[in-house]
Amino acid sequence: MTTVIASAGLAVNERIEIRRNRITGEGENNGKRVCIVTGTHGDELEGQYVCAEIARVLSENLSKLCGVVDIYPALNPLGVDSITRGIPLFDLDMNRIFPGTADGTMAECLAADIIKDISGADICIDIHSSNIYLKEIPQIRINELSAEELLPYAKMLGCDFIWIHSSATVLESTLAYSLNTTGTKTLVVEMGVGMRITREYCRQLTAGIFNLLKNLGMWSGATEPVRDPIVSGERAVEFVNSGADGIFVPCVEHWVDIEKGEHIGDVLDPATGRLEEYVTAPCSGRIFTLREFPIVYGGSLIARILVGGEDNA
Amino acid sequence: MRKQVLYSIRSPYRQPMEVTGFKFGSGEKAICIVGAMRGNEIQQMYVCSQLVKRLKELEREGSICSGKEIMIVPCVNYYSMNIGKRFWTMDNTDINRMFPGYDLGETTQRIADGLFKEIQGYAYGVQMASFYQQGDFLPHVKLMETGFTDHKDMIDFGLPYAFVRTPRPYDTTTLNYNWQVWETKAFSVYTNATDHIDEASAKIAVDAVIRFMVKRGIITTKVTGGSVTEIVDERGLIQIHSPCAGICKSHVRPGDEIRKGDLLCEIIDPLEGEVISRIFAPVNGIVFFNYNRPLEFEKSVLYKIISI
Ligand SMILES: [Zn+2]
Repeated sequence: MTTVIASAGLAVNERIEIRRNRITGEGENNGKRVCIVTGTHGDELEGQYVCAEIARVLSENLSKLCGVVDIYPALNPLGVDSITRGIPLFDLDMNRIFPGTADGTMAECLAADIIKDISGADICIDIHSSNIYLKEIPQIRINELSAEELLPYAKMLGCDFIWIHSSATVLESTLAYSLNTTGTKTLVVEMGVGMRITREYCRQLTAGIFNLLKNLGMWSGATEPVRDPIVSGERAVEFVNSGADGIFVPCVEHWVDIEKGEHIGDVLDPATGRLEEYVTAPCSGRIFTLREFPIVYGGSLIARILVGGEDNA
Repeated sequence: MRKQVLYSIRSPYRQPMEVTGFKFGSGEKAICIVGAMRGNEIQQMYVCSQLVKRLKELEREGSICSGKEIMIVPCVNYYSMNIGKRFWTMDNTDINRMFPGYDLGETTQRIADGLFKEIQGYAYGVQMASFYQQGDFLPHVKLMETGFTDHKDMIDFGLPYAFVRTPRPYDTTTLNYNWQVWETKAFSVYTNATDHIDEASAKIAVDAVIRFMVKRGIITTKVTGGSVTEIVDERGLIQIHSPCAGICKSHVRPGDEIRKGDLLCEIIDPLEGEVISRIFAPVNGIVFFNYNRPLEFEKSVLYKIISI
């Protein structure tokens, strides 16, 4: 059943509505609840297909679901609807306003209502898809502060990689941080690229979410075997930034092992074809982020590499 | 005056962007003033350009105190300004959320780093900042509370109000915050315009900065005394949110003194023209801010009141 969980009046004859589709299983009610959340950034659309697939399979198999799955397809509905990363009107990153406040501005009130609605779930999965510039292998990002608690659940999601990153003050305004620090376990998924649906990745995550539901005792239907993720753990992450401006043309595949010094791609001057930079790997490891958008300035991120690789499966 | 390229970045399709600083006097780094970091901060650039003009005259008159260096950076992000964008041209990131910057990082982190290296080490730093909400307000100076800068220093700008802001997590990557971390006493000066030029409030800002420099012994010139400054904790401002969406017709302006119960505005149904809501002053006070766009949505911040 779809419910509006947060809403406010727009100027002319319309209200912004943040919607939740609650799917209640017909199996034994074990009181459990999982939230699938996406569309915080209006240009990240991979989660749309994941939500649709989960909703479809669950509603066709309600007898095999115990408990509740809540689907929030668009926390930033105006952004998704208008291909705007932030909240249109405000130029505001929706993932920098949590936990919000009930007596604040529109965005802060919506944020507070979202937190209130999700709070208390057994697990919340917050699906992002990078941006239009970078392509990400399906991965879970975990703040080191909540790593111990979240890692077992992250491993159930069938992603290729789990990145445990250091904490930063600015990240304290994210949905995941707000929920994790108030007792609702929240896993952030990053996968694919902005403004696109990568069907293969969406199916992989969907299978992972069903695996998680099964492990939580909420799903008795079929599941597919999921892959064992590589966990960043002690392994460092190296960033490869462009040293020149021009167009970047990669010559490696995404999610492959690479040796230190190996050719990643070229930055070319589009007018003359001149090679501006021969981009090589600064370390041996595995590329989990690769630039998708071709134009680069000095500093544009080209790749992220998980350093090392002896334990790669 | 010495004109200096502080940082430059190349684009494959445009002339290089050269962030330019204007230096006056020499010796100890006394004060640095930074203008537009966003592409819509035209007023902020304009205020700085007027300061450059004034300081050229003062320099000719020999009015810059010996042993003091002043630097003005009128416009950081003119790549965006030239194409009518607010944030960075390619990735829409905000340079004022990238400090202290990182020389091996993303493009805007590199710009922040390149700029920050040049504007560090000054005793005082002033950012001509733009207000994050759409509306008219009284010119003021603001301090991000880090414990480093003395609140009372703000009095020397001679603006009627000075605010103290308790930083939120997202404030920790701004220029103002990082200046203080690197031991520059930092202030943000707000005038009543961003994407257009308001001569009257630009003059107020120019005079405020000149006054501050005189009081701090950086320049000597005749300047009016300015206002007696009231220092206010930003959290003490009373915010009035709109109860419903529509067209807002305000009956008061910034600076107006209001009594509890006075009519502040009417909200009109945008399709039928009827008044659907009236907002009354909850306290006695001074209107500090009022929303100035015709259309407003529910919970818009319509007024900020300094209660008296
Ligand atoms: Zn995102």
